[in-house]
Amino acid sequence: MTYPMIGLVDCNNFYVSCERVFQPRLEGVPVGIMSNNDGCVIARSRELKALGVKMGTPAFQLQQWVSQGRIHLLSSNYELYGDMSARVREVLEEFSAGVDPYSIDEMFVRFDGFDDPATLDLARTLYRKVRQFTGIPVCVGVAPSRTLAKLANRAAKERPEYGGVCMLTGDDDETRHLLEQTELGDVWGVGQRLVERLAIQGIKTAWDLRCADPKTVRRRFAVTLERTARELRGTPCIEMNESDEPRQRIMTSRSFGRLTGELSELQEAIRQHAQRGAEKLRAQQSHTRAVLVFLKTHRHRQDLAQYSPSIVAELPEPTDDSRPILAAAQQALEAIYRPGYRFMKAGVMLLDLVDAHREQLSLLDSSGSAADRERSERLMSTLDELNQKMGRGTVRLGVPRQNAAWHLRCAHRTPRWTTQWGELLSVKA
Amino acid sequence: MRASEIFQAHPAPPAQGLPHPQTTIRAGISGFPSPAEDYVGRTLDLNQRLVKRPSATFFMTVTGDSMEGFGIQDGDTLVVDRSVNAKPGHILVALVDGEVIVKRYELLSGRPYLCSGNDRYAPVPVSDLDCQVWGVVRSVIHEFPV
Repeated sequence: MTYPMIGLVDCNNFYVSCERVFQPRLEGVPVGIMSNNDGCVIARSRELKALGVKMGTPAFQLQQWVSQGRIHLLSSNYELYGDMSARVREVLEEFSAGVDPYSIDEMFVRFDGFDDPATLDLARTLYRKVRQFTGIPVCVGVAPSRTLAKLANRAAKERPEYGGVCMLTGDDDETRHLLEQTELGDVWGVGQRLVERLAIQGIKTAWDLRCADPKTVRRRFAVTLERTARELRGTPCIEMNESDEPRQRIMTSRSFGRLTGELSELQEAIRQHAQRGAEKLRAQQSHTRAVLVFLKTHRHRQDLAQYSPSIVAELPEPTDDSRPILAAAQQALEAIYRPGYRFMKAGVMLLDLVDAHREQLSLLDSSGSAADRERSERLMSTLDELNQKMGRGTVRLGVPRQNAAWHLRCAHRTPRWTTQWGELLSVKA
Repeated sequence: MRASEIFQAHPAPPAQGLPHPQTTIRAGISGFPSPAEDYVGRTLDLNQRLVKRPSATFFMTVTGDSMEGFGIQDGDTLVVDRSVNAKPGHILVALVDGEVIVKRYELLSGRPYLCSGNDRYAPVPVSDLDCQVWGVVRSVIHEFPV
């Protein structure tokens, strides 16, 4: 049985690439993007990685290089990144058979109805068009399963001979070659602890896992690993949000039972998604820096007006508190909602997650007091406990108050070139 | 960005219908015309007219006088479309030596040039420049002080 191909389009160094579209002088030089309050580095260009600057490096440690002009550090400009992400998605929508956003800079695309040569052709078209239309460079990985598509994408990114597009059919020599060279830790959904246990069984590469007997894998390890093994053979069995990988972003979304244009229904959906997302966030002990909200109309109902907006709202500081997350999500929804459209799907993504227990967090990123944070932590864990004991949704937050006292430091933010009339790029005549 | 100042993301601009009166407005002494009568039916959407491909369209502000001959004045807003392949005769936004500039792309005796719309600036052969096309200008918006 053959399955329709799935593509993974991943934007290269997305935040930095967004900045470079409007500032050609940043091309080819080391660029870093800082967290809210300009605390630490959350995104790096290839050149900055090459200098050995790690994710999460406190910005003050790099101050000397900045003043020497060796590197550029910019405040995060989520409004720009959100807009550019929506543009990338729209280009993909226009040329493919459908798009599922996976994070702000990664999207799965469908190739239903295309045979292999046509799929490869189309993947190359996507690669070219996204770059041309939006200015954002991407890599495209194509395969019959999401796990293989992830690996194909990595190959496209790391191996210049692919020219940015790699397609694996699942049973050819190329797939075998690549899987043999892929360590298990680099496979989607295989965590470090599993890697060690598998090594004892002699399963060390992705190819070993592919060749292992799925039933044995299931018995000795877990059903999720069996699915991964099947995916490596080219059999799709993992949905987009089922993977066990330690998450860099959390997404909660669902299609409505029927199309709806009611603001109150959308608000309720976004409220649930944001709350559920915040619970997941606390369960994995992360904090989020920004919230992305998206709506989708039914693309196959061409008789209805189409409008699939998305927007990013930055949080005043990294948090796992449902309240600011909910407030940001609701405000984001209000900003993109337009009456007269009937939506099929709504979703919330929590972006740029950081470990809740990182010490720098409190020192560099926060504006509130330690007592505030402690109080919010206690409230949230009580909330989660109640919902766990008494059933999900037992205790819910009402419409949150607006927090007017947000004072962000973003001294090095570039203009919001695409979303504010007063901040357009100036072009010399 | 604070959540309180988020703006509508651009790629799918909402319809901004301009009510288009189908009947002529009667400024009569006999009373006010009924608003309902004047605004029945269709609307016109400037986005639809000016933004052909939202995902690839960007707005920019002009500074300088070198393009006045083409009707592009200092302070005007350009509608730039990255999805159009540049051809001679197009007005381009280009990256030249690290700067973002707007010029007209022309072939002069078979060689490509960037030309200004102002006699004070001579055409520059593209071969002399480190030059990259950013996008093609589809229209210019000039607002008059009123």
